[in-house]
Amino acid sequence: MKVTRKEVERIAALGRLELSEEQKREMEAHLSGMTEHFKMLDAVDTSSVPPTAHILDKVNVLRPDKAEPSFERDALLANAPERDGECYIVPRAVE
Amino acid sequence: MYEMTLGLEIHCELKTESKIFCGCRNEFGGEPNTHCCPVCSGFPGVMPVLNEKAVEYTVRTGLALNCEISRYSKWDRKNYFYPDLPKAWQTSQYDLPLCKGGFVEYELDGKIKTVRINRIHLEEDAGKLLHEGGVSRIDYNRSGVPLMEIVTEPDLHSEAEAVAFLDGLKSVLKYIGVSDVKMQEGSLRCDVNLSVAKPGQKLGTRTETKNLNSFSAVKRSILFEYDRQCGVLNAGGTITQETRRWDDNKSVGYSMRGKEDAHDYRYFPEPDLMPVVLSGEKIEEIRKAIPRLKKERIAIYTEKLGLPLYDARILTADKDIADLFEGTAAVFKNPKKASNYIMSEIMRKGKREGSEDVEIGVSPAALAEILTLIDSGVISLAASKDVLDAVWNGAESPLAAVERLGLRQNSDSGELESAVKEVIAANASAAEQYKAGNQKVAAFLVGQVMKATKGKSNPKLVGELIEKLLKTN
Ligand SMILES: [Zn+2]
Repeated sequence: MKVTRKEVERIAALGRLELSEEQKREMEAHLSGMTEHFKMLDAVDTSSVPPTAHILDKVNVLRPDKAEPSFERDALLANAPERDGECYIVPRAVE
Repeated sequence: MYEMTLGLEIHCELKTESKIFCGCRNEFGGEPNTHCCPVCSGFPGVMPVLNEKAVEYTVRTGLALNCEISRYSKWDRKNYFYPDLPKAWQTSQYDLPLCKGGFVEYELDGKIKTVRINRIHLEEDAGKLLHEGGVSRIDYNRSGVPLMEIVTEPDLHSEAEAVAFLDGLKSVLKYIGVSDVKMQEGSLRCDVNLSVAKPGQKLGTRTETKNLNSFSAVKRSILFEYDRQCGVLNAGGTITQETRRWDDNKSVGYSMRGKEDAHDYRYFPEPDLMPVVLSGEKIEEIRKAIPRLKKERIAIYTEKLGLPLYDARILTADKDIADLFEGTAAVFKNPKKASNYIMSEIMRKGKREGSEDVEIGVSPAALAEILTLIDSGVISLAASKDVLDAVWNGAESPLAAVERLGLRQNSDSGELESAVKEVIAANASAAEQYKAGNQKVAAFLVGQVMKATKGKSNPKLVGELIEKLLKTN
């Protein structure tokens, strides 16, 4: 299945990605190849297989409602590209 | 004239101890990013584990709102890019929510009306952005707080209906104990879908105004959007389906232009969470844990405790008030006196200006003690207000407050008699009127004695003394 240039541009926009012409061409080829690869699933007859929401058989993996200590804030914030000791800082994002 | 049609989406934070997918504390406030861990901060490679209480509370809500509970429900990723969401997706439920169908009854102008519920699903709340200067600061304390979304059918047709419905729903959510429903703290928020059409014609194009956090904002934003849509149509224009925001300070709604393109959430099944399967027994177990609702309490108050319907309605308008009344009446065995005192003193004291909530600062045991002190003549009704002020949100017992403040009323008739004599001497003409048969001045004379003794006299005894002294004179 061919993934068109238009689809690549839309997916990039949704992911807030800026792609060069070169990268768009690459993505077209990559994504087309991937969808082509997965198309082999179409060959399997699944008419007798019930739909499932998950590949594993497990259900109800739950934990009791108990509060546990949170992380050290400094340790969490250490991963942020920008921070002020209390918060993560990002470019102003107003909807 | 256009008729408006409204459908609401209500977001309600659940009152669990921990967050939905991690053990961080679910608590309003707190220093930024101190109730956080790698799971709720969206670090790569972490695994969420579902909080069973969040599921139980959502099912409990579904049962209270007459919904069908799904025996099988699952989790999905709702993808969008905004920094309040650290993973870039919100874990939510798309096609198999926990509850479907249902209805809510509410009262408006003495009439019972019904709103159908479309669905209730469970999801995670997002973090908070603080916009300052050229940057946004992010606090993820709220990220991962269990959030229940209740979606109604478009069954409402005025701002008054919307607010009355919300008020009724808020009361149910508080009664069943799943949320503290504090709109000011954002634990209850509302999106409004609104369209207009001429009567008998099919529904017009709707717009959605997001994130309203007070009844007043709901009401005013509905009136604004109704006027706007009517204006557009009357000018020959068409309504564009769009998401809108409400600026509460300026009282205007505005379009969030350019966001439409990003409206493709590309939902897909969440591979990190297993489906939830509920047995009939489990659902019944949850049903049995639902606390008594308003209707049942009104019945008990009027039938078993002998209160007038008027009292029962006022006492049950808020669950905290109802709980205080029941706890007090269990100890102080005069329900009507307890009701009177709560409806006057407690509600006056607990109602903060501008707030839709009543805050209670006294325990049922302490209130019962205050009522007993009044009843047995130890303190006057007037002095009980000072006792209430003293024990409100504090640890002091009412009796200790009475002694500390010297509020014990004087029941010593010898001492009182001289006080009454002084008042009679100082108000000779009133005393003459009383003797001439004018009973009304008795209250005036009692008041004067109370004033002279700084409220510390037993008014009943004072009345008796006045009668005795003026009759035998
Ligand atoms: Zn966490």
